Amino acid sequence: MSGLVTQRAQSEHRRETQVGESRLVRVLLIGSALTFLGLFLLAPLLTVFISAFSKGLGPYFAALAQGETLDAIGLTLLTAGISVPLNVAFGIAAAWLVSKYDFWGKSVLITLVDLPFSVSPVISGLIFVLLFGAHGWFGPWLAERDIKIIFAVPGIVMATTFVTFPLVAREVIAVMQAQGSDEEEAALTLGASGLQILLRITLPKVRWGLLYGVILCNARAMGEFGAVSVVSGHVRGLTNTLPLQVEILYNEYNFVGAFAVASLLASLALVTLCVKKVAEWAAASRQAKRNASQRALSLPVRAESSLEGVSP
Amino acid sequence: MRFKTRGVLPGFGLSLGYTLFYVGLLVLLPLSAMIIKSSSLGLHEFWAKVSDERALAAYRLSFGAAFVGSLLNAVFGVLVAWVLVRYRFFGRGIVDALVDLPFALPTAVAGIALTTVYAEHGVLGEPLAKLGIKVAFTPLGITLALTFIGIPFVVRTVQPVLEEIDPDVEEAAAVLGATRLQTFRRVIFPSLLPATLTGFALAFARSLGEYGSVVFISGNMPMRTEITPLLIVTKLEQYDYAGATAIAGVMLLASFVMLLLVNLLERWTRRAEA
Repeated sequence: MSGLVTQRAQSEHRRETQVGESRLVRVLLIGSALTFLGLFLLAPLLTVFISAFSKGLGPYFAALAQGETLDAIGLTLLTAGISVPLNVAFGIAAAWLVSKYDFWGKSVLITLVDLPFSVSPVISGLIFVLLFGAHGWFGPWLAERDIKIIFAVPGIVMATTFVTFPLVAREVIAVMQAQGSDEEEAALTLGASGLQILLRITLPKVRWGLLYGVILCNARAMGEFGAVSVVSGHVRGLTNTLPLQVEILYNEYNFVGAFAVASLLASLALVTLCVKKVAEWAAASRQAKRNASQRALSLPVRAESSLEGVSP
Repeated sequence: MRFKTRGVLPGFGLSLGYTLFYVGLLVLLPLSAMIIKSSSLGLHEFWAKVSDERALAAYRLSFGAAFVGSLLNAVFGVLVAWVLVRYRFFGRGIVDALVDLPFALPTAVAGIALTTVYAEHGVLGEPLAKLGIKVAFTPLGITLALTFIGIPFVVRTVQPVLEEIDPDVEEAAAVLGATRLQTFRRVIFPSLLPATLTGFALAFARSLGEYGSVVFISGNMPMRTEITPLLIVTKLEQYDYAGATAIAGVMLLASFVMLLLVNLLERWTRRAEA
């Protein structure tokens, strides 16, 4: 463990040298934090890949090339392909609204946008069953016209869209609020139209936050389990998404198959985390550049801490 | 547009209209359908559905396991945030990125992975079983899964607060003769408390409704390891829509209470920072 702790450069390190903890305490704290994360985070993550490849590459790819799994991949791509663009359009509109204007009821609106986060995924599925299911509000009307929503693809898309809809909005709101509207207002006085301001100034400014929001929304849309499980009806080859396929294979004791499919989703999660790191890094370097140029102009520095705080 | 109080940029009407339409269609309509449905049951029937023995056992388990899991996260979340902010060590960036894993990893994947690790013959389950601790298919396993789900919340609420703490205050405490532990307890911890509680509440709210990561490790025995979201699913599978809706109503109420609490806590955090 002792080799793990590397001293920061002395100049950067004023705090720890003056009022820091002793080396022993530091090593103990780092050690227990890493043990906790190792047991709870790393062990399950590694298990996914180790179990997936436990029988070698052949069975791994055989499991992925199975017909039902390919159908599940297709449905998952379709679902994400519909719900992510919807949520991106909403996220940009909501972020523009919340960060550019003050209006009556704004905080209520923000709470409503966050609402799907605090609702159980099971309830998120249930509400669509109550609306469109056989005994739901629109159930008889839909049945007369032979339209199937619950236990069919439209229900899966709706539930997924509901569960993932705050994700883009939240990320973009955070970045847009942090960056302020100075450039946009300057463009307005120079005669730019609203659309020009959005496309040429605001979207480029928030691109990293937006990208992370889109990737996260996509990962969650492809991985949603609880809500989709309630509305899907588990019709093999027809209404099974990847996470549901994981469940089926696992319950059939086909562990290599289950973890092979799970490894696809886990890789997607890892890509998401990488994009977040890059987005944070880009935001920090933008901030540093801005600070430097503002120091040069001796203007007050605006705090810009995009992508910080709670992402959930 | 008379209620707009600030903002000169164009597009207020359009973005307001679109946002309200989307939120109304996707959130308000379905949720109000649920509330109306569960209130149409009639008080007597509603009460009978939500207070039978099996439901009570499920609430106890859900609230208990979520509470213990979030408490663990409150302690270790502060520790992890502290280590990430204050120390430099090999792999810090990767550890920092990994903290968000439970947020990005599909819950079903987390569920089967945790079950495999902590099952009786799993990598960590086997040594624990030798010590007489059974994890999978017990309330302990449920707590474990809920701890996994809650990891990012406390870390990500405490981290920015910790970054903002002025080192001068700590130096002043040290100069005045406080030990490091006293400084932490009396100076640092009070300023972390609002953020820690917010993170705890967020983790608790998320854990209450969690389904995917729990169903695999819990074993799903009625009265013993059946969490409330699972009970809702079971009732739905038995076409007991009224029962499912009633219990979902109780959980929805709990979510709203938690949402309110989180909002109050966040306001407190902002005041504490200012």
